[in-house]
Amino acid sequence: MSVNPTESGLDQQVGLWREQLAKRPGVDAGDVDELTDHLLGHVDALESVGLSPDEAFLVAVKRVGDQHAIAREFAEENSARLWRTLVLEPEEPGPKGWRDPGAMLVFAMLAGLAARLTFGVSMDEGGSQFTVALAGSGVFLALAGWFWWRRRPPVLASVVTMLAAVAVGLLTQAFYPWRSDWADTQFLSLMHLPIMLAVVLGIAHARRAWRTVAAWTDYLRFVGELVVYYALIALGGGVLVGLTAALLDMLGLNPEPVIEWVVPLGVGGAIVVAAWLVEAKKSAVENMAPVLTAVFTPLFTVLLLGFLTAMAATGGIEDRDVLIIVDLVLVVVWGLVVFSVVSRRDGPPRLGDWLQLALVLVTLVVDVVVLAAMAGRIQEFGASPNKVAALGENLVLLVNLAWSGWLLLGFLRRRRPVLDLERWQSRYLPVVGVWAAVVVVVLPLVFGFR
Amino acid sequence: MRVGKDLVAASSAPLVLGVLAEGDSYGYAIIQRVAELSRGDLEWSEGLLYPLLHRLERQGQVESSWGRAESGRRRRYYRLTRAGREALDEHRTQWRAVNDALTTMWDQMARVLAPVQLAWGK
Repeated sequence: MSVNPTESGLDQQVGLWREQLAKRPGVDAGDVDELTDHLLGHVDALESVGLSPDEAFLVAVKRVGDQHAIAREFAEENSARLWRTLVLEPEEPGPKGWRDPGAMLVFAMLAGLAARLTFGVSMDEGGSQFTVALAGSGVFLALAGWFWWRRRPPVLASVVTMLAAVAVGLLTQAFYPWRSDWADTQFLSLMHLPIMLAVVLGIAHARRAWRTVAAWTDYLRFVGELVVYYALIALGGGVLVGLTAALLDMLGLNPEPVIEWVVPLGVGGAIVVAAWLVEAKKSAVENMAPVLTAVFTPLFTVLLLGFLTAMAATGGIEDRDVLIIVDLVLVVVWGLVVFSVVSRRDGPPRLGDWLQLALVLVTLVVDVVVLAAMAGRIQEFGASPNKVAALGENLVLLVNLAWSGWLLLGFLRRRRPVLDLERWQSRYLPVVGVWAAVVVVVLPLVFGFR
Repeated sequence: MRVGKDLVAASSAPLVLGVLAEGDSYGYAIIQRVAELSRGDLEWSEGLLYPLLHRLERQGQVESSWGRAESGRRRRYYRLTRAGREALDEHRTQWRAVNDALTTMWDQMARVLAPVQLAWGK
């Protein structure tokens, strides 16, 4: 390449143009490279008919067109990026005053106060099951409320379903004739309430588009990024609380009242803050979810292979809680698959996709082995609420992973587009919600509230 | 002449697939080729082409890979997949049906109008 002054001037201008383009929401690094090649294609053509590099650049920029318009087209094509442009309107990312962060703080405060309810009115009472349900519902309502405020007016369907779901959760906790405090079915019902609410929250997130598959994909993406942000905030918060307690202790003061308030407020409020960060700051995490899944996919594969080997060596499973543990493994693997699918960059199959298939296959083998072991146990001792819930979960996730594996194989053999995987996971989310609702409402009835 | 927006949008996917059926290509060259095929009547913008290419890739109809242009800069090349070839066949069938209907209609109009024009002395 020749290095005369005008040429490097052109490079500089192209560099500036690239920088501007890269700042636009909805345009990623690959897009910038691709459009640069396009721009330079125009420049070359114009130079060959006698324009100077500077002139050629100006005309080429004009031809490629308004960056904003291009970015918009890109964003609209890629729904992965579209949801952010929806959120980030008005288009220019200028200062928006205090209303937006202010509202976020209000809803975060509400969520925090709701979380504080878990402690009952005073610390000594401890949390009853109902207050736990109330606290969880409150946090979800605060988050939904923030969505509704953010993209007002809220869609009627989302308000109705959210309130109905919360009402169902609270009414079952309050009025089902539970046999004892912390009866198995009550505990299960309580544990599945947040799952049900989280799925319903997807409707508030999607707004009008909640019947489309793409909206649920966006919601999955949102949840993945929320988890990452929440974990980061929780780490920082943990350090903050630990240091505060240590300092107060050093002064001979009792740190308990501070912790009693700061921890629940932080735990609840951080959810809204994390949601706000996901929607406002985005790209920091965009690079995290794929990296995290890429790191942990092979590690979990190794773990499960080790588990299989150990099981073969020791000759079976003794622990009766093993089904629950395997359920947890399935949930984690499902999470890895879901978030790597929805955060996947476009392109042909890569090594990471093969590793993912390996993980899914190993998980399926582990699950089949454990299920076989557990089937005998259930036959011997009869069904219990815990076993039914765990088995149901197992089935729900097993179906998801088995079909994911099949789709993944199809993609790797270049028989199907990666889009199929994304759509499968998105469509499946309501299934998970329905199962959770069954455990919240129906299972206690079936087992007579024991 | 300017082709209307809807028509441009409807014909864009079959045109891209068709150009790629001629051989692997990249964005700038695809736009050039389409302009050439339409004798300049179809001037696509970048905002139309690249999102379309990316969508076709997500649907598995084209594949892309990064290569280098002769000048050494990064360039993204696109290739038709088997699914893309099938989609192109489907497009062709449909467009042929539309084209046949229109052609028949134009012919009939010409036949009806021709005597009238003759009678009017032009």
